[in-house]
Amino acid sequence: MIQPAIELIGIEKRYAGHEALARVSLEIPAGQFVALVGASGSGKTTLLKTINRLIVPDAGEVRVAGADTGGVPAHQLRRRIGYVFQEIGLFPHLSIAENIAITPKLLGWERTRMTGRVDDLLDLVALPREVATRAPSELSGGQRQRVGVARALAAEPKIMLMDEPFGALDPLTRDALGTDYRALHEKLGLTTVMVTHDMTEAVLLADRIVVLESGSIVADGQPGELLASTDNPEVRALLEAPRRQAERLRQRLEAAQ
Amino acid sequence: MSGRVAQAWGLLPEYLAWHVLLSASALVLGLLISLPLAVAASRSARLRWPVLAFAGLIQTIPSLALLALFYPLLLALSALSQTVFGQGFSALGFLPSLLALTLYSMLPILRTGTAGILGVDPAVREAADGVGMTPRQRLFQVELPLAMPVIMAGVRTAAVWTIGAATLSTPVGQTSLGNYIFAGLQTENWVFVLFGCAASAALAMTVDQLLGLIETGAARRKRGLMIAGAALLVVGVLATLTPLAALGKPSSYVVGAKNFSEQYILAEVMAERLERSGAHVSRKEDLGSAVAYRALAAGELDVYVDYSGTLWTNVLKREDNPGRAQVLAELTTELKKRDGVVVLGSLGFENAYAFAMRADRAKALGIVSLTDLARQAPRLTLGSDLEFLSRPEWKAVDAAYDFNFKKERSFQPTFMYRALSGGEADVISAFSSDGRISADKLVVLTDPKGALPPYDAVILISPKRAGDERLLAALRPLIGSISVEAMRSANYAVDRDQGKVSPAEAARALHP
Repeated sequence: MIQPAIELIGIEKRYAGHEALARVSLEIPAGQFVALVGASGSGKTTLLKTINRLIVPDAGEVRVAGADTGGVPAHQLRRRIGYVFQEIGLFPHLSIAENIAITPKLLGWERTRMTGRVDDLLDLVALPREVATRAPSELSGGQRQRVGVARALAAEPKIMLMDEPFGALDPLTRDALGTDYRALHEKLGLTTVMVTHDMTEAVLLADRIVVLESGSIVADGQPGELLASTDNPEVRALLEAPRRQAERLRQRLEAAQ
Repeated sequence: MSGRVAQAWGLLPEYLAWHVLLSASALVLGLLISLPLAVAASRSARLRWPVLAFAGLIQTIPSLALLALFYPLLLALSALSQTVFGQGFSALGFLPSLLALTLYSMLPILRTGTAGILGVDPAVREAADGVGMTPRQRLFQVELPLAMPVIMAGVRTAAVWTIGAATLSTPVGQTSLGNYIFAGLQTENWVFVLFGCAASAALAMTVDQLLGLIETGAARRKRGLMIAGAALLVVGVLATLTPLAALGKPSSYVVGAKNFSEQYILAEVMAERLERSGAHVSRKEDLGSAVAYRALAAGELDVYVDYSGTLWTNVLKREDNPGRAQVLAELTTELKKRDGVVVLGSLGFENAYAFAMRADRAKALGIVSLTDLARQAPRLTLGSDLEFLSRPEWKAVDAAYDFNFKKERSFQPTFMYRALSGGEADVISAFSSDGRISADKLVVLTDPKGALPPYDAVILISPKRAGDERLLAALRPLIGSISVEAMRSANYAVDRDQGKVSPAEAARALHP
């Protein structure tokens, strides 16, 4: 059997009495694009952050490429895993190029290799190379998140973790970035775990959808077969929402013609 | 007027150099302590409160008191180090000033440092963790650079406070721009006072502007601006410090003076005689009364003039009064035995505590002696200098005559005479050698019970100079050479409002 890229085994996490994650187990094979979906407070972000140890679980084991992540220093683990989140968190005192090259710099790459890498990444995320010398504050929200993706990809990670990466963007930018990222995922052979509360986005981008509710997985499957396999009414409602929306959209647009 | 301005300019390189050295050292030391503390406080909420509360508490202590408190503390530490390591250190001057100012500079840096680090956008902090920074890399590459503009604002405040408070290091024996202010206030040389204030303010504003340049550079992420500000600061500090290198020759003798005109004049007389003998001399002026004797006994001063009655009551804790000659004789043997301090001899005049009144007022009330005064006291206000009411002499004379004044008020000596002529005080604790007694036509009340001890001005020599023949030979001719009239006119020349002269000029008239 092929080694899974990520294995979560019996993960538990409590916050001041309330159970954020209740013995969650999940295996993600290499190359898969997984969407973690659920209402706020369902534990999806907590689960994502246990993978790069931004959150340390109270019990359970996280394995990346077969190795227990508790066995290496957290910062070394994180340099091998790309991380993109809604607030982006670009370093305002560094230029775009310096932001993108931060993890390679921490890893001690040579200068020439880093500058070459910055140019490649700007091409990859469809940003003009001139932005390299600009400050983050000079970019639009969509451009900034493209830089966020480039920064996460800089040290050539095999795994990408994304926490509502396109949540704060306008619908057009959001669609463009989502599609572009899905293409990158294919091209670079990444394993991607993306948290989203938007089922439409999950259905459009992911190979597999994992639904969380109150710290437990309540549904798990390919977008197409999930609806057939689940009997949880809330999950059904959640999954049917995009279809209903698409249907209504089509009707209204046709009526207008 | 212009003569005094020229004199002030002449002193500026040395005063400014010490002021800059002191404030810059205190600020650098304050930063080195406060920044790590601020980082720790921003990390731990439990540490934050006590650290900020302590720094806030220090700030509430008046800076002059903070400076004064370090002297006895360091003296005790020095004595301890002397017994443990066989090597003491100077508890006077630079060290107590440096420590007090360092403590003083800490609060603004601590406050802004903590707030600056806590104010970094949580998303940026999460990104720093996410890209794989260690906590140390996150601090130095992200949090501190981002908190820099806020921290610099705190450094500016600290710099302005420190430069201002450094003027107060003069009374603990550290030369600073405060020398203008303290000496000027004492001798009513307002040109000096204003010059000192202006110099200190100009220095504070210049430093503030240069630090502001660094702050702006940090805020706008303009490295060039930051480097320019820092470079100008460093060059400025080094340039002002050059006179110290020239002064660098070790002064072989340290002459002390307490904080009034007569002391400045006598210190100049002694210093000039020593300089004429070819010695290098430095002066430590404006010392507190108790500080001066302890500094001499500890060997930080080599020589200064004190008064027999002061030593008798304050050092030997005696309350009896066996008469002028007997007091002097016993002091000579007792101080030698107790501290190894040499009483070289009396200069020839007394500067006794005396109760003085305006002649017209004394006549109207029919007061001639302290006995008469005690009878009328409930209707009268006593004006005293800042220390008299807490001195044993006052307790002795109060016990003997049982005064019961309507009001007791303390003044700077200069303002005490103003209060008497203005009628805000009816009787003052004057000094018998004060030139203003004859100039203001004051009468000195007699002491029929002999409650006030004698106050012969005596030259005291530190234990380590007890056998120094060059010093002794230079100063011995002064013994018995200064009459009370000569001293009064020298004092008046310095204290009067019109045509006043510097203590050094007044000293020239007293050389035997």
